[in-house]
Amino acid sequence: MVAVWANQLLQGVMLGGLYTLFAIGLSLSAGVMRFVNIAHGDFIVLTCYVLLLLGTLLGINPVVATLIVLPIAFLFGFGLQRFLLQRVVGENVLLVILVTFALSIIIENGLLEGFGADPQKISGGWMETATVALGSGINVGLFQIVTFVAAVALVAVLDLLLYRTGIGAKIRAVSDDVAAANLIGLSSVRVYAIAMGITFVTIGIAAGFVSIWTNFDPASGPTRLLVAFEVIVMGGLGSLWGSLVGGIVLGVAQAVGGQFDIAWQIMAGHIVFLIVLALRPQGLFPKY
Amino acid sequence: MTGSHKLLAVDDVSVFYEKFRAINHVDIAVEAGDVVSIIGANGAGKSTLLKAIIGQADHVEGRISFAGETIIGRTTEAIVASGIMLVPEGRRLFPSLTVEENLRLGWDVGRKGEIGFADVWRLFPVLEDRRRQKAGSLSGGQQQMVALGRALLANPRLLLCDEISLGLAPLVINELYTLIPQIKARGIGILIVEQDIERSLAVADHFYCLLEGRVSLSGRPGEVNRDLVMKHYFGL
Repeated sequence: MVAVWANQLLQGVMLGGLYTLFAIGLSLSAGVMRFVNIAHGDFIVLTCYVLLLLGTLLGINPVVATLIVLPIAFLFGFGLQRFLLQRVVGENVLLVILVTFALSIIIENGLLEGFGADPQKISGGWMETATVALGSGINVGLFQIVTFVAAVALVAVLDLLLYRTGIGAKIRAVSDDVAAANLIGLSSVRVYAIAMGITFVTIGIAAGFVSIWTNFDPASGPTRLLVAFEVIVMGGLGSLWGSLVGGIVLGVAQAVGGQFDIAWQIMAGHIVFLIVLALRPQGLFPKY
Repeated sequence: MTGSHKLLAVDDVSVFYEKFRAINHVDIAVEAGDVVSIIGANGAGKSTLLKAIIGQADHVEGRISFAGETIIGRTTEAIVASGIMLVPEGRRLFPSLTVEENLRLGWDVGRKGEIGFADVWRLFPVLEDRRRQKAGSLSGGQQQMVALGRALLANPRLLLCDEISLGLAPLVINELYTLIPQIKARGIGILIVEQDIERSLAVADHFYCLLEGRVSLSGRPGEVNRDLVMKHYFGL
């Protein structure tokens, strides 16, 4: 019995790693750039399809495909911000939501046209099936461990980038006061574009892992977005390490809830989210 | 058009907010190593003029040239990189960044020259002790030091100072104003916008008085009497 619970708990933590990967980009755009991207989840799904194409058409291994996609994702995010989203930055927040909501609809329907509604999945081969036995009947999938480690590593790298580099200081400066940045010749337009480029790299990484972890279909974007939102709100808006904790809390809540009754898996996550929101509306590790 | 010796030449410049003309056919010149003071009451258009020079005003008519090149229409980024830097009104530091990070931004956006961190630490020893502290936790005077240090690290040829004495204690203002001659001695042109007439005229080589968007009086501080200045300051 103990082993069963320990297993579930561990599965929940690993799932939290995946959720952190969903959320980290949103944490950067919403928490640091104050930009609510409703299409965040859809961009993850869109990238999953790109990875699928690279695998099915060109036969590229999913890990290599993800590595190929990352620089392209950066450029895509940079361009998207520079040429489209920048037009609504600083305007009414409703406009930002409308534009990204429109993007969400375009992506979902575009994918539906191109690929149909059938769920897809990318095979991770041996990576996916290998398990690590931790003794006492506790087993964890190798891929789950790798995902969790990747999430921790990504949070650490972004933390270093944001707090230990010149570009990180510029992103935080623009986050502090856009008008002041412009006054001293620090182009907020370029800084926003770079930050969105970085956000899209995290989207690429999230897609690389989730496309192997579970099924995706054109309509699964909003679910990813919801998870990402719950994670960053629980973690504390703008706090990167908070996102990791938020992800783990959500993952464990779902795993434990699912152990009682599988139908309660998703609901348990939402309930825990509501409890955290009620008790600590500022999140577990508030930045602001 | 603009003499080759003029560092900054503002010729017949008007600045508009929507239909409202905030600056009305203004001519101003700054030469290298000169301190020029712009005085005027609240709303006279002083800060607007600085915004026009730094490329942050939307609608500017006339000619603004810096070191012989016209700069109207250039981005603030390009203007700063070419050697004009603003110490904004209200300091406008980034409160969540450390002192050192705030200063480094000045270096990053600037023209890269001989002024480095060592110079800033020498001018403001207190900042070196607090380099890792968040800028938002400093006193007003120390924040103004960071704002000035940030501007100097951009290695400007022309420094624009917008109300650097605002909200500071007299002793602190004195300390900041003793730096003006030192900056001037490096051959940097300085354009000072102040409401504190006495203070800014004391350091200026030349001054302009703005009244409702126009230059109402200009000259050398020693050459005009106080009553005349007050008359043109308030438009009496």
